[in-house]
Amino acid sequence: MQRRKFLRWQLGLMAAWLMRPLYLLADWNQAAFEASKPEEAAAALHIEHAEKSDKISIVAPDFAENGAIVQIEVHSQLENTESMTIFAEKNPTPLIAVFQFHAGIQPSMITRIKMAESANLKVVVKAAGQYWMNEKFVEVAIGGCG
Amino acid sequence: MADLFKIRAQKKEDGLTEVRVLMSHPMETGRRKNDFDEVIPAHFIQYVTVTLNDNPVFEAQWGTGVAKNPYLTFYLTGAKVGDMLCITWHDNLNKKNSSVVPVI
Repeated sequence: MQRRKFLRWQLGLMAAWLMRPLYLLADWNQAAFEASKPEEAAAALHIEHAEKSDKISIVAPDFAENGAIVQIEVHSQLENTESMTIFAEKNPTPLIAVFQFHAGIQPSMITRIKMAESANLKVVVKAAGQYWMNEKFVEVAIGGCG
Repeated sequence: MADLFKIRAQKKEDGLTEVRVLMSHPMETGRRKNDFDEVIPAHFIQYVTVTLNDNPVFEAQWGTGVAKNPYLTFYLTGAKVGDMLCITWHDNLNKKNSSVVPVI
């Protein structure tokens, strides 16, 4: 009985080993995601001063009926884009998402976000070690943060 | 909605592979109240990782601001038909889900 238990435990260990992530997940940036002001979130992400760049394009509705689902597109034409960070400046927690790109992907993302109220959508791109940003104002009829 | 995780990775004529993803997840902010006026606890995807043939393509960290039943579209450069695309998410309650599809 004991041998069977031991063997099962060993199998369990082997299964866990085989299922190990092939990548290490960086710690979820709680300070940034829970910050209530965009500047605090940016500081927690170590985003230094970001110059405005029209090589970052944001496609989003001028007027969103339902703040619970606002579809946005973000595209960067900056060379060597490494990451894209999206903020909805008047959300209770403005930091929405951070995307880190590796090889083999165009620095673009289309997704759906929640907006609490009419506000600026701000996108910060890190490219070749420098930060750039662009923003777009979206009016929201009914807030979507609950 | 059932535990769905839909991915479609389609190579286009311009050489890019359009990947469209729909994940089933409540993405609760932790600010909503139910009908009994109790706060519904936060339950949201924190990490998304995407690999192509086991090579990392991108990682994302999300907060509660991503909409319920997250939708994503992105474009791979240089993927070939038959390459295997794997998308995994992990949430704040330690749940996860993974789906693998071939590029068509």
